Amino acid sequence: MTVETAATQGKKDFKTDGSALKGNYREYGLVLALILIMLFFQYTTSGVLFKPVNLTNLVLQNSYIIIMALGMLLVIVAGHIDLSVGSVSGFIGGLAAVMMVRWQIHYIPATILCLIMGGAIGAAQGYWIAYHKIPSFIVTLAGMLVFRGLALWLLGGQSVGPFPPQFQLLSSGFIPDFFGYPGFNVTSMLVGIILVALMIYFSVRGRAKREKHGYQGEPFALFVAKNLIIAGIVLFLTYLLSSYKGLPNVLIVMSLLIALFVFVTKRMTVGRRIYAMGGNEKAAKLSGIKTERLTFLTFVNMGVLAALAGLIFAARLNTATPKAGLGFELDVIAAVFIGGASAMGGVGQVMGAVIGAFIMGVMNNGMSIMGVNIDWQQVIKGLVLLAAVIFDVYNKNKA
Amino acid sequence: METILEMCNITKVFPGVKALNNVNLNVRKGEIHALVGENGAGKSTLMKVLSGVYPHGSYEGEIFYNGQEQHFRGISDSEKQGIIIIHQELALVPLLSIAENIFLGNEPAKFGIIDWHVAENRTRELLAKVGLKEDPLTLITNLGVGKQQLVEIAKALSKDVELLILDEPTASLNEKDSDALLDLLLEFKAHGISSILISHKLNEVGKVADRITVLRDGATIETLDKQDISEDRIVTSMVGRQLADRFPQREPDIGEVVFEVKDWVVHHHIHSERTVINGINLNVRKGEVVGIAGLMGAGRTEFAMSVFGKAYGRNISGEVFINGRKVDVSTIGKAIDNGIAYVTEDRKTYGLNLIDHIKHNATIANLEGVSHNGVLDDMAELKVANEYRRKTNIRSSSIYQRTGNLSGGNQQKVVLSKWLFANPDLLILDEPTRGIDVGAKYEIYTIINQLVSEGKSVLMISSEMPELLGVCDRIYVMNQGRLVGEMPASEASQEKIMRAIIRAEGKAS
Ligand SMILES: Nc1ncnc2c1ncn2[C@@H]1O[C@H](COP(=O)(O)OP(=O)(O)OP(=O)(O)O)[C@@H](O)[C@H]1O
Ligand SMILES: [Mg+2]
Repeated sequence: MTVETAATQGKKDFKTDGSALKGNYREYGLVLALILIMLFFQYTTSGVLFKPVNLTNLVLQNSYIIIMALGMLLVIVAGHIDLSVGSVSGFIGGLAAVMMVRWQIHYIPATILCLIMGGAIGAAQGYWIAYHKIPSFIVTLAGMLVFRGLALWLLGGQSVGPFPPQFQLLSSGFIPDFFGYPGFNVTSMLVGIILVALMIYFSVRGRAKREKHGYQGEPFALFVAKNLIIAGIVLFLTYLLSSYKGLPNVLIVMSLLIALFVFVTKRMTVGRRIYAMGGNEKAAKLSGIKTERLTFLTFVNMGVLAALAGLIFAARLNTATPKAGLGFELDVIAAVFIGGASAMGGVGQVMGAVIGAFIMGVMNNGMSIMGVNIDWQQVIKGLVLLAAVIFDVYNKNKA
Repeated sequence: METILEMCNITKVFPGVKALNNVNLNVRKGEIHALVGENGAGKSTLMKVLSGVYPHGSYEGEIFYNGQEQHFRGISDSEKQGIIIIHQELALVPLLSIAENIFLGNEPAKFGIIDWHVAENRTRELLAKVGLKEDPLTLITNLGVGKQQLVEIAKALSKDVELLILDEPTASLNEKDSDALLDLLLEFKAHGISSILISHKLNEVGKVADRITVLRDGATIETLDKQDISEDRIVTSMVGRQLADRFPQREPDIGEVVFEVKDWVVHHHIHSERTVINGINLNVRKGEVVGIAGLMGAGRTEFAMSVFGKAYGRNISGEVFINGRKVDVSTIGKAIDNGIAYVTEDRKTYGLNLIDHIKHNATIANLEGVSHNGVLDDMAELKVANEYRRKTNIRSSSIYQRTGNLSGGNQQKVVLSKWLFANPDLLILDEPTRGIDVGAKYEIYTIINQLVSEGKSVLMISSEMPELLGVCDRIYVMNQGRLVGEMPASEASQEKIMRAIIRAEGKAS
């Protein structure tokens, strides 16, 4: 057995960093898969996929799935599942419509009330799951039926709309352009550039900090390549979006949320505790983690995000329909599993879930443009989900 | 004598670790062959190679069994040849009966319909052979570990065993049960069954083994014959140097009472009418190591866990004082905040997140110590993890090795690290050296000494009496949920402890 002694271990940090490196490889693999899928559809749709209009649509169409995937990731990492998110988002969309359209409540308090309502729904479900140990599958299955029913009841089976124009901006708006350059949103491009600069700054700083403490990061070439590729992709996409109407508001909201959740899961104690709980609840509990409260909070969080998704979806359609959100839970859950989360809990990454959601989104979009029938779309999506999970399980067994 | 098993030049590599490096093992027909070595030396891995858990092709080297080269592709292949392994971690289904467990996957059936009558009768025969007086229909959950171990052996017997492999079978048994088990091995030997016995309890190895093979760092060091077997000889060979003492010296510096429990009563977590802990009063002083002796099932773990934030039991009553002040320990968080830590005896269920690596496991009980305002400081965490890996001498490829892939003893050290880093005033250790090799035991005792010399206190539950006698300042004896004796270690002896227990048993019945 060639275990290096404790004294020499410091410098070798990265090379022997088996699990962490493998985790990274998986994320690289996912990004690669996404790129390949995009190129594939770019080709089969004769270049429609990357048209600025379509790209903008892609973001708008998938924002609510991605936002819910963030909450679902935490739920799944905690060792649970939430089947109710589609119904909850539909219900909240309906609630928003009733408040803003029928009762003429100003859109800001209405939005806040809706988010609070989402949190309350999450709390109601989380209460049974966390404190009474009712399986989440059952509680949220019930929630799925209940809130679908309530949405129907609330809207009286009809569509309600249109929403106030300011509220629509949540989905259909773009960040304002201060330069007025025709055909190109300079502000958006600048935002993109600043974002990339910040990203590079933080990753260089992080690396420097590691090295200062005597820990080696990933190989320098890999580090540079990774940052350049990501920067390139972000700049390229920003450029495309800017040459249409600019960055959609919802993209900003979404990006901020993604950044927040990456930070929470990777850098915050709460996040660490959720992973610990999903990995071994009993051990987590005996380590002083308040597992009940943590479970409860993951569901509250999920409820708020489902509500936000419902609002965005309603704003995008500019009307609330009783069928809104139907089947969303499946796309959301699929995205999280494609992203590498484990159904057993304790494993999964925010970026994985986001990329997983994009993979689903690009496939939806690409196949629709190609004119693939909806029936076959379902078949293909199902198979992709299965393949991704089989790939994961196979890799795990091999290791 | 005839050779039954020959393993030649076995090499097994895991990502980042060469667990076995050209290991040779030779077992004769009808002998008890002991396999010893430090934690992580590769004992369990070697046995998993032998039994096909790691299939042919995933390792290098050859296995000859009864003179023929074998390519086992799975456990069923090796079982067909009469090689039966009982793993370090028991693998019985808790909610099935003894009979169902013994014939799991091997049910006596006609046309797919199980003949439970036959199964029960055969179970009864097998249980008689291993000397276990239990009904075949008893559920496994209702058995203690010792009896479960016997069920495992009965299960092995049901499969026409020729070579029985036992991976630390006595680690969680008390002396009486261990002896019964070892006698059983001797009896099997008389019937021509060979066994391979892995154990860290060198006295029992010396008692029953015909030959001993020593592994160190994944390599065979030597094979000793019966006449050469002495504990010191084995230890030297295992750790590669002489180990003068088993227990490090310490000058006790004992102060005031810091921890006190009064009238502690706990009821069973399911059958709440049953009293598990019955009016316990005990105290621990500053800088003191206090032991709790007792037989398996005396209620020591239940006591400790109930004090540690009601992690066990129902209808708990009684009071806990720290530094003379009554404290609330009704939740684990509060217990930890009051400076109490509990190191579990069951590392897999209660101690570790097996799918995560050492670093994350080591800090989880004290994330505040590596974070500011809820934001983790990666560098601080790395430093802590590496420091404790060194302190407790965890053998792993790095702090990023998954704890699920560590050897049993090294897993134990991770659990210990976690609680050391939580920096408690009172550390409750529950069988802290279970499954730990002699060298590492010494290290753990040293850590205990260091803790108390810093003015902390330790409450140690152990079934190994020499350990209690060697480490503690004062020993309580517990039996059936009551304290039945208390003595300074200087006046204590194994006989005195046993006498206290027997006297109490006599009174109880
Ligand atoms: N699946 C695995 N992946 C990676 N490394 C492993 C795996 N299984 C075992 N190891 C490593 O192989 C080495 C030998 O482990 P093994 O379990 O055989 O030790 P052992 O001699 O049985 O120790 P103990 O007395 O503590 O049970 C250890 O360093 C362990 O970390
Ligand atoms: Mg082992």
